[in-house]
Amino acid sequence: MSPIRNQIRPDLAVIASHVTPGSRVLDIGCGDGELMLALRGKDCDVRGIEIDGDCVERCVSQGLSVVQGDADRDLADYPDKGFDYAILSQTLQTAARPDRMLDELLRVGRRAFVSFPNFAHWRTRAALMFGGRMPVTRAIPVSWYATQNIHHVTVKDFRDLAAEKGARIEREWFFAGERQLGRAGANGRAEFAVFELSR
Amino acid sequence: MNARSETLVLPAPLPLDGGGELARVEVAYETYGALNEDRSNAILLCHALTGDQYVASPHPITGKPGWWERMVGPGKPIDTDRFHVICANVIGSCMGSTGPASEASDGRPYAMRFPVITIRDMVRAHVGLLDALGIEQLHAVVGGSMGGMQALSLAANWPERASRVLVIASTSRHSAQNIAFHELGRQAVMADPRWNQGDYYGGEAPDSGLAVARMAAHITYLSEEALTGKFGRNLQDRDAKSFGFDADFQVESYLRYQGSGFTQRFDANSYLYITRAMDYFDLAEEHGGKLADAFAGTSARFCLVSFDSDWLYPTAESRHVVHALNAAGAAVSFVELSAPHGHDSFLLDVPALDRVIGGFLG
Repeated sequence: MSPIRNQIRPDLAVIASHVTPGSRVLDIGCGDGELMLALRGKDCDVRGIEIDGDCVERCVSQGLSVVQGDADRDLADYPDKGFDYAILSQTLQTAARPDRMLDELLRVGRRAFVSFPNFAHWRTRAALMFGGRMPVTRAIPVSWYATQNIHHVTVKDFRDLAAEKGARIEREWFFAGERQLGRAGANGRAEFAVFELSR
Repeated sequence: MNARSETLVLPAPLPLDGGGELARVEVAYETYGALNEDRSNAILLCHALTGDQYVASPHPITGKPGWWERMVGPGKPIDTDRFHVICANVIGSCMGSTGPASEASDGRPYAMRFPVITIRDMVRAHVGLLDALGIEQLHAVVGGSMGGMQALSLAANWPERASRVLVIASTSRHSAQNIAFHELGRQAVMADPRWNQGDYYGGEAPDSGLAVARMAAHITYLSEEALTGKFGRNLQDRDAKSFGFDADFQVESYLRYQGSGFTQRFDANSYLYITRAMDYFDLAEEHGGKLADAFAGTSARFCLVSFDSDWLYPTAESRHVVHALNAAGAAVSFVELSAPHGHDSFLLDVPALDRVIGGFLG
């Protein structure tokens, strides 16, 4: 593994290692292209969507195919099942309508990876219960008034939404910081969750 | 940088979209950098409406530096140490390729007998040049503004000829507003009595009309912010308004200078023909009305760039193309860059553009 691969965020690392080599992948909210670069190393045909122009410029200048756009609106342009995987990392909770976003994800991709910060983590719960204030934690580092996270979600909520949308959870991973956790008690123990879905 | 000026006579008459053909077609072009052994490092650069092939060499009439010297050269984003850059004067123009000022078979200038041409006709001539040069597949086709239209047209109509397509500050179709500004320019030319139905070669050219056309067009190339920043309401070489119609304001003086300078280097009839070709451009219409169909099955990688201050070909036009490319499943990048200069940003100092171009060309 290259040093860069070692440093990538744990949710991205788990996604990168579970995408089949040579796949067609759409990375929605691809940021600086960290995951795209890792997937390009696996001979994947990777495309990205990113709203921030500076991020897009950095991606394009590294030779990545990234379109500056708003996933809430622009996913509609992509054909049905045009990708083997649609990936939404740390972006679901920023969507105007996460439920519709999930539908779109499962429309454009045969499979989807979704990662998000879990709002039911014990630290978040404690901050609310004992502090009485909206939590600011290492997983949710920005104050309530400045955060892009407009739809906080928990592991249980996400499982419910997936069921409601007829999505099958193929695999799931949970993390506290860099450390991977088991499934037991994940809703209280996990800071981040990653799900692989199909429909 | 071993720039070479060449002129090719196409081996066969050029069929035209408007019907008929152009019998003898000359294509004047410049090249920079060496073509590699397997002829795989060529980049076709397509120039804009009033541009020419002198991308990175001095203009033979004005002596000014090439129009994209900041982008094209050794170690620059379009690196002539690595790439063989070709830029051809479009047909219909006046810098050596066949146009209305060229001699027809009767030995007299075509003038308005020159056929109305399209962007695709221009590109067909470029493809003829590539054939003659033995270049089957370009590393990239690159163009801004009308050059971007040519790049899109090449990608849609000769999809195997370019593996990368870079389109800057451009559009897949001329809007009503684009056509309106061009019509204003054409009417200014044709209202000049010296235009004489296009038959002015050997006499006085319709410079006043062409200058007005250029002045109007020049405004569309700049943003309001750029004009304000550059000139504001500043007066030109005077302390007070003259209460007359001299160029009191700096912006007036600037536009007059731009207008008259342009007439030194450009043919009025070429201006009519090329603006017409741009107005006729509608890539979707050529492909059954659906833009995505223009790119069906393409294996080229695309990159589109727009500028936030460009109101001539605004970001929405680039997005429109990007949506079609996505629907066609093409590999596409798109970025809207922030630059204050308006449409002309693609020619000016925008470091982010250098990075995007360098990165995309690989």
